[in-house]
Amino acid sequence: MERKPVIVVQDLTRRFGEVVAVDHLTLEVVPGEIFGFLGHNGAGKTTTVRLLNGILTPHGGTARVLGLDPVHDGPALRRRTGVLTENPSLDERLTGRENLSLYADLYGVPPGEVPRRTEELLQFFELADRADQKVGTYSKGMKQRLALARALVHEPELIFLDEPTAGLDPVAARHVHTLIARMGHEQQRTVLLCTHNLVEAQKLCHRVAVLEHGRLIALGTPTDLARQWVRSHRLELEVAPDSLPMAQAVLQTRWGISNPLLENETLILTGVARETIPDLVASLVTAGVRIYRLTPQEPTLEDVYFALHGEDRAPGPPPLGILHAGPDTKGRKR
Amino acid sequence: MNWRAIRAIVRKDLKVVFQNKGVSVPLIVVPTIILIALPALAAFAPALQGVPGTPFAGLDTFLQQMPPALQAQLAGYSESQAMVVLVLVYLLAPMYLILPLMVASVIAADSFAGEKERKTLEALLYTPTTDRELFLAKLLSAWLPAVGVAWAGFLLYTTTANLAAWPTMGRILLPNAMWIALAGWLAPAVAGLGLGFTVVISARAQSFQEAYQLGAVVVVPILALVIGQAAGVLYFQVGLVFGIGLLFWAADAVLLWFGGRIFRRSELAARL
Ligand SMILES: Nc1ncnc2c1ncn2[C@@H]1O[C@H](COP(=O)(O)OP(=O)(O)OP(=O)(O)O)[C@@H](O)[C@H]1O
Ligand SMILES: [Mg+2]
Repeated sequence: MERKPVIVVQDLTRRFGEVVAVDHLTLEVVPGEIFGFLGHNGAGKTTTVRLLNGILTPHGGTARVLGLDPVHDGPALRRRTGVLTENPSLDERLTGRENLSLYADLYGVPPGEVPRRTEELLQFFELADRADQKVGTYSKGMKQRLALARALVHEPELIFLDEPTAGLDPVAARHVHTLIARMGHEQQRTVLLCTHNLVEAQKLCHRVAVLEHGRLIALGTPTDLARQWVRSHRLELEVAPDSLPMAQAVLQTRWGISNPLLENETLILTGVARETIPDLVASLVTAGVRIYRLTPQEPTLEDVYFALHGEDRAPGPPPLGILHAGPDTKGRKR
Repeated sequence: MNWRAIRAIVRKDLKVVFQNKGVSVPLIVVPTIILIALPALAAFAPALQGVPGTPFAGLDTFLQQMPPALQAQLAGYSESQAMVVLVLVYLLAPMYLILPLMVASVIAADSFAGEKERKTLEALLYTPTTDRELFLAKLLSAWLPAVGVAWAGFLLYTTTANLAAWPTMGRILLPNAMWIALAGWLAPAVAGLGLGFTVVISARAQSFQEAYQLGAVVVVPILALVIGQAAGVLYFQVGLVFGIGLLFWAADAVLLWFGGRIFRRSELAARL
């Protein structure tokens, strides 16, 4: 497989008045990759998608997408990209089928193929029975599926999905996840996925970029990011009931963990650095504590996200030299 | 030029535009008044002659205000015939121009400002069309139906006017050279005027209503023609129609050049 990057971005910058929506963004996306853009509202995800498709002009930096310059080769580039916009942007006065065939014409799908192609997509997205009704009568999820179908009508090589599952029910969201995974893994298409949904990013993305105020604050695979940023783990420790006082004493005197949370006879330890786990276990065993179970919770992208954005950023080794990581003391939502 | 894309956009705009009540209602009401009701009234003109309080009461004095050339045109007619000719051929001629003007403005307001209001513009910006193709498609979406309505309206008006005039005149009155120039040369230019003006306004307007209301200002030059003729300052004849046409086509060119400059993807995307 050709590994020449599909997207190369160097110092890309775009302002809106005082606001710097995208701030010296530098990154590369390789073919076949599902690349995630994570960030709060207003982090600059949508603006980046617009810049990369040449519908907004940057104020600084350069971008190459599919080997083309979005500023000068916009039409040629957009022929090969498909975009699911944040707002479905469908014509509600047309039917679902009419929306699809309009865009098939606009994207230059061979005229003879338009009916077959639209029919296939309508079938695939389970819209066939409503295809000839006005889109104004569709539910939010149906509109979202139709917009996704429209983004794929010309079989683009590079697909931008701006919050594809926002507002979808869990079943529909899973359907979309399966589709995205298939586009990336089987069809070797490149997908750039903007999302706030950390579970979604963790599940689908090979690599993620975390944006904050237009700046890239972290970049890597979800696992790498977790290793780099989440420096303390949550451990579940289950010991024999008669060992419990001893375990608590050891934790307190030796490790400074006073009154660890007790949930269903299980001690929940937080703020334990990964490297100290072996010593911790050894000290408990030496003291005669009978351990039934010690389960470290693997850090998730959510932990990374909250570590990056958390308020308790204590000094620590800065993996990317931009921010400091700190113990993951908050943000446990699950 | 990607004509397939342009055709697709025009076809789609024409399919949906009449679903907007703000478009379809004036498109039914205004032509009915201008093309049917007003010329039909002319049939009753002779009966109203001399009735105090109607505009026809003092026809003599009214005629005397008209330019001498127009008076010469009407010289051979009886008084009631002169009145029918004056109304049907001359006074209603500038009113007819409201038709292409209105159709072009209303559809352009829907197609430019309405697209933004309905949030359908963004997906269109992501298509591989160039800025120029998108602009041209949007222009044609409004200009073609405006010219179509103007020409169909010309046929309809000719028919109603001849029917209304028959009892008085006993002969076919229209079309004459001036009306052919009016429909063939001036009406498309007037459509362009409504269009160009609305395009420029729509760049700022956030909604169809706003663009539509601001765009109504463009009716002023047409009203000036209506009043100018009623006041005897000018009268509609081939030369004048041709001259006004030249002026309007030039104004169209300026407005559309300007409109094309502001119709830039990156500008539009920054206002989404
Ligand atoms: N057209 C615009 N005019 C003015 N400011 C804008 C415009 N588009 C974006 N911005 C600003 O740029 C910043 C980045 O916005 P952007 O929409 O790219 O964020 P986002 O990451 O997509 O957010 P969300 O998750 O809410 O979709 C925000 O501060 C936003 O207010
Ligand atoms: Mg966004």
